Formats: sequence, structure tokens, C-alpha cells
Amino acid sequence: MTDLPDLLPASLPVIDPAERAGYADHPPRLGFFTDTSVCIGCKACEVACKEWNAVPDDGLLLTGMSYDNTEQLSATTWRHVAFIEQIGSRGDGPPGPDGSPGRLPGAADGWPGAADGTRWLMASDVCKHCSESACLDVCPTGALMRTEFGTVVVQEDICNGCGNCVSACPFGVIARAETDGGAHKCTLCYDRIGDGLTPACAKACPTESIQFGPVDELRDRARERVGELHESGVTQARLYLDNPQDGIGGGGAFFLLLDEPEVYGLPPDPVVTTRDLPRMWRHTAAAAAGLAVAAFAACLHGARERS
Amino acid sequence: MSDGGPARRGGGPGRAGRGGEEPVVPRARPDSYYGRPVLKEPVWEAENVASYLFFGGLAGASSLLAAFAQLTGNRELPTVSKVAAAGAIGLSVAALVRDLGRPARFLNMLRVFKVTSPMSVGSWLLSGYGPAAGAAAALAVTGKLPRAGAAATAAAAALGCGVSTYTAALICDTAVPAWHDGHREMPFLFAGSAASAAGGLGLLAVRPEHSREAARFAVLGAAAELTAKSLMMRRLGAASEPYQTGRAGKLMETGEVLAATGLAGAVLSGRNRVIAGLAGAALLAGSVLTRFGVFEAGRASARDPKYTVAPQRERLAHAAAAVRPDT
Repeated sequence: MTDLPDLLPASLPVIDPAERAGYADHPPRLGFFTDTSVCIGCKACEVACKEWNAVPDDGLLLTGMSYDNTEQLSATTWRHVAFIEQIGSRGDGPPGPDGSPGRLPGAADGWPGAADGTRWLMASDVCKHCSESACLDVCPTGALMRTEFGTVVVQEDICNGCGNCVSACPFGVIARAETDGGAHKCTLCYDRIGDGLTPACAKACPTESIQFGPVDELRDRARERVGELHESGVTQARLYLDNPQDGIGGGGAFFLLLDEPEVYGLPPDPVVTTRDLPRMWRHTAAAAAGLAVAAFAACLHGARERS
Repeated sequence: MSDGGPARRGGGPGRAGRGGEEPVVPRARPDSYYGRPVLKEPVWEAENVASYLFFGGLAGASSLLAAFAQLTGNRELPTVSKVAAAGAIGLSVAALVRDLGRPARFLNMLRVFKVTSPMSVGSWLLSGYGPAAGAAAALAVTGKLPRAGAAATAAAAALGCGVSTYTAALICDTAVPAWHDGHREMPFLFAGSAASAAGGLGLLAVRPEHSREAARFAVLGAAAELTAKSLMMRRLGAASEPYQTGRAGKLMETGEVLAATGLAGAVLSGRNRVIAGLAGAALLAGSVLTRFGVFEAGRASARDPKYTVAPQRERLAHAAAAVRPDT
């Protein structure tokens, strides 16, 4: 997977989600590029997000698994910094795309901490603001909507807490709050970007690991960055969700990772469920028709019995 | 590829302090983030949403059975099936509303109509079906306005087809691996389970000489349910694990035994009231357990990251093999 960016043609047909949602004249699509190679795990993004959006706290709990005590994105956590400690020999890594024997990257590539085969991975996760959003598709109330910036937000005054979006999200991002019963997630600071401000997390990030801007520009910048890293020997760097032809039409928020996505708790090849919905409806219609035929057949004989 | 994806390799999440052999700081499994799920487990409660799946199926299929039985001259079964349909749909909607995070906003379901949202389609179906089923039952019991009664019966039957099957699209149109991956067979499984329940109720509540239609409907339904289930398990292969292990596995298996027993009983009951009643009860119970089993399997598959990661890894490996045919 490390050479995936090189396999991509230079220009791809790109879904314009805002246009598809009916915005005739709209500003450029805005999003995040999270470059985890410079993340220091400070969690300033988590705090800034909570402060700006007035999201309730999650309590002080120690997970005991790593320095990550936030654990996951939730209704009350819209930025989550994952922390992964990889210790010791890594001969048991996943096999390379060409079938080469598995070797987790880092052991002999000059990465800090590589001498004893130990490294720390840190990554700030967030809603992906998919080009094809399952949460938005399945929402029965229209509470989830596409903004003019191509982002996805929940209208809190409309959501009735049905929970359908929670099961539909391929990343486990959106969740229902115990407190008010409604679904909540990152808004990409809809109330800031409309006024030309940077979202709180990106503003607070001290290392520019979280970069905010027009998605087109961010994609170019991300490809440049991954090229730089490859040149300097960090061959395990790869982009995640930057490809407009992937299973979600590309993310409005995408990432530069230093290991397989699943190591960070991300699905390696997510596909929006609604791509299969036409087939589901066809099969449902066939089953409904079959049910009617079965009822008819079951009763047809009854008339003969009585006659 | 030989090991079937990275998720098969790891052991448990390996948290510190368990068993005493783990290092103080546990190693991250290469296949997941400390064993944490990738997906959020469905927030739906089994007692609400699995019941809603069952009652919706029972209601819709009962309306169909009532309409055709009435058309062909049965004088007892239609009324019983109509009352059952009205009662079941009431319970179904109540369970659905109870499960909402904000029940007072139930009517927001009718703010928009979206074909991309099975729940939206279902809400509109229910709001048409509910009153029709209620009117059909009330007019059948009171014997008033026979023409309006016939119209309500026909409307309930037509909408009932959708009511008893759309819930398959509802749960399959999610990222939950066991549900989504079963989307080809699930509508047939649900339709079969619905017919089995509606027929079973007829067998249980109506004298055998008037319940032969119900028996035949139940037999067709249970046969369809068992066939769809076995086709689904075969196509899913290794991914059928959530349906075959743990709580879900027990529910599915017991449901299958009950459906098969009920099927045999319905065929053999003849004019024997006791056997017909027992067969009907077994079919109803089988349908309930199957719905709860499907529901639990989905939850289990969302909880364990391997069900999310392994199939996606396999898909990527296939794609990579297609790009490089030499490997």
C-alpha cells in the first residue's frame, strides 16, 4: 500500500458534493488534511474542539491501553487523538502489497526510536465528511444535511434520535448522546468557516498536523508531502481517503498515515452502504411480491376446499 | 493472502493486567487499534427494534393472509388476522417510538421523503398502513360498512407487502458487517419469517377447519425462511460467523429448530386442534427468535473489529491481485 499514491493518475473525476446537493453557486469545498507524521499527540485539537463547540466532557477515565484516554470519537468527542506504541521486533507485520514478507515499517529506516524497534504513532481522527455520506443518505428526518462547503452537519433541532446514522457510518464517527438523545458529530466548525475562520482544532494545532483549506489544494499539498517523506526514506507514509474514486468518493477530511489504517482504528477499504441500496430495494420488492403470491397460493386452495 | 487477512492473526485485545503474562504496556495488535471496534455498535435496543422487526412482519403478512382468505370465502380467519395485524402494528410503532432518542419528535420522520433512507420509506408506509389495518380490523369486528371494510382490507394488504419486508433494507443499509453482507437474502428471510408468523398465529387462534389457508401460508413462509437463511450462510462463508456463535448463534439455531418443527406440525396437523396450536406457537416463537438472532448477529459483528477489517483487507488483496496478475 505504500506506493498507492504513485499508482493514481494525476487527475481524477471528482464528485462535487455541494453541487450534487443542489447548491448551484457555492464556495470551494473545505476540509482537513491531517498529516500524522508531525502529530505530537498533545490533544490541543480535542480541547479546542470541546471549548469552541461547548461539547460536554467525557469524565476522567484511564483506559490503561496507551496514553490515549479518549479512546474513540463519540457524540461528545469530535476530535480524537489515537496513540499507538509499537514495541520490539516487527517481523509479524502484514505482508506487502507485492506479497513480500511482513515487516512493520520503522525498524531499519532511520525513524526516531528505530534502534530498539520501538515507535509511537499519533493521529488526530475526525469525521471524514465523505463525498458520499451514508449517515446523510439514511437519515429519515433530513436532520443531517450537506452544507454549501460540501461538509456534513447535524441540525440538532430536527434530529429525533432514531440512531440510523450511527449504524450507517463506516468509520464509527457519529454517535447518539445519552444526555439529549440526539446524534452529534464534527461540524467542521460550520459556525466559523462561514465567517472565514479556521476550525478550532486546526487553529489550535501547534505543529500544523491538522491543515484546513480547500480540498483541492489540500490534496495537492498532501501528495507533495508524501513524496517528500518517501524521498527522505519514510517509505511507509501513505495517504488515506484522498482518492475521489474510493468507496466513499474521497473524504473531505483525509490523512497521511505511517502504518495500515486499521492500526489507527480506521477501516482499510470503507465503502458507503448506499451503493448497494438499489439492489436491496430490488430484492425487497421481489420478496414483497413473493409474499403476496404465497398468500394468494395459500388461499386459492381454500376456495376449492369449501366449494 | 494465505492467512486470510491480518485480522485472523491477532489474539485478544491484550490489555494490561490480565492473565499476568502481558507486558505492562500492551502491544498494539497490527490488525486493530488495541482491539477497539472500528464501527459504533447499533444504539438500537433489541427489545425495541428486534420486536419492531417481528411485529411489523407479523402485521403485514397477516393483512395479506386476511385479504386473500376473505376473497376465497373463509369466514373466521380474516377477522382474526385483521385484529392481529392491527394489534401487531400498534406494538411495532410503539417499539419504534420508544427506541428514539427523542420520542416527542417522532413526527419529524414525516418531514421529508427519501428513497435513500429505508427508515423514511418505512415511516411513510407505516403511516398509510397503520390506519388501513386499524380500520380493516374495526370494521371486521363490528361488521359495519362492508364496502369500506373491503377497501381498508385491500389497502392494508397492498401496503402490508412493503411493511413486512422493508425492514430488511433498513438493517442491511448500514455499515454493520453481518447485516450489510447479508443484503441479498435478508428480504426473503424476512418475508418468509413474516409469513411463518402470520400463518402460525392463524393456526394458533382459529379452529383447524378454518385455518388451512394459514397452515399453507406458514409452510411456504417457514420453507422460504429456512432456505433464505441457509443460502445466506453459504454465501457469507467465513463472514457468517456472527450468526453462528455466541448469543446470536443460539437464537438463530433455536429459531431454525422451531421453524422446522412448526413447519412439520403445520403439514401434519390436519384437523387436530392441539397439533395445529402447537405448530402455530412454534412458528411464532421461531420467527421471534430469528429476528432477535439476526439483530444480535449484527451487533456482535459491529463490536469486533475483525469483522470489519478482514473482509476489507481481502477486497484490497483481490484488487491488488487484479492489478498485478503475476503475484
